[in-house]
Amino acid sequence: MSKFKRKGKGDMPAISTASLPDIVFMLLFFFMVTTVMRDSTLKIIVHVPEATEVKKLERKSLVSFIYVGSPKENLVPIYGTEPRIQLNDKFAKVSDIQDYISAERDARDEKEIPFMTTSLKVDEYTKMGIITDIKQELRKCNALKINYSTRKGEKTNN
Amino acid sequence: MAKRKPPEINSSSMADIAFMLLIFFLVATTMDIDSGISRKLPPLPEDQQENNDKIKERNVFVVLINKNNQLLVENEPTNIKFLKDKAKEFIANPRNLDNLPEKKETVVPFFGKYMVSKGIISLQNDRGTAYGTYIEVQNALAKAYNELRDDLALSKFGKKFKDLTTDKRKAVQKIYPQRISEAEPKNIGG
Repeated sequence: MSKFKRKGKGDMPAISTASLPDIVFMLLFFFMVTTVMRDSTLKIIVHVPEATEVKKLERKSLVSFIYVGSPKENLVPIYGTEPRIQLNDKFAKVSDIQDYISAERDARDEKEIPFMTTSLKVDEYTKMGIITDIKQELRKCNALKINYSTRKGEKTNN
Repeated sequence: MAKRKPPEINSSSMADIAFMLLIFFLVATTMDIDSGISRKLPPLPEDQQENNDKIKERNVFVVLINKNNQLLVENEPTNIKFLKDKAKEFIANPRNLDNLPEKKETVVPFFGKYMVSKGIISLQNDRGTAYGTYIEVQNALAKAYNELRDDLALSKFGKKFKDLTTDKRKAVQKIYPQRISEAEPKNIGG
């Protein structure tokens, strides 16, 4: 009899928080794994144009990026203001694109190659000449799926 | 001698440390969804010049952009604001005009026989054209197609194009295929 009584009495047992760190660590690992660290530091200023008819870029692991824009302010004394191409971490010439694409292809599985996309992150004020050259290079190495990176914006009111 | 228990390390602050790390990663994670206008480049030409000649002039909607970012649409200087409507009129050819593209009767699932327009949009730009303008034009042309597809999908299925099932979407795409061709690079001057 007294056994039951004793149980009913007393304070509520405190909820053990011993497993709280585990839960938080689980979340932490999730975020650590899913975070995609920016793989290249941009040496150029890229302000992509706005567009309304955008599509999401799927399968991010299959996307290779080509950046085009004017060098950042601290690099202007060395490289000037002329728009340049950046592949990975360094400036490149148009002729380097084929090597870059084949290097990107080597890094992927063979059957994924047809789904690979090249994303062009190009500054708004770049002239089309350099982009036409890039497109010709991409056609030469048969990387035909491209994506003009844009921001989703309302500015274009047509 | 009394047995002394080793003192337990107080682990209650472990959660705080983990939280701090968690918050750092939460803040540092950029969930930026890369988006953009997808296009497919044509393969390099292999002597298919004669193929191009077959396309009649009325079936081609020529958009030229010069180095001053001005547009010449079907030989008329045009403001970019009107490009979308012009393109829409060209693709759909609602009144079957003679100077707008021909239509060819095609059997399309869900629609039966449908007059599909043969129109092609040809886009040419100068090397001096600004990329922003080029994207604006691409966007306007894509918008023309998307609006036409939406209109058709709404009138036929009562839903927007992007909400349709894959089969229906393919049928609508067959009626309004996105045909934007870009000329081989050359200097068209300004």
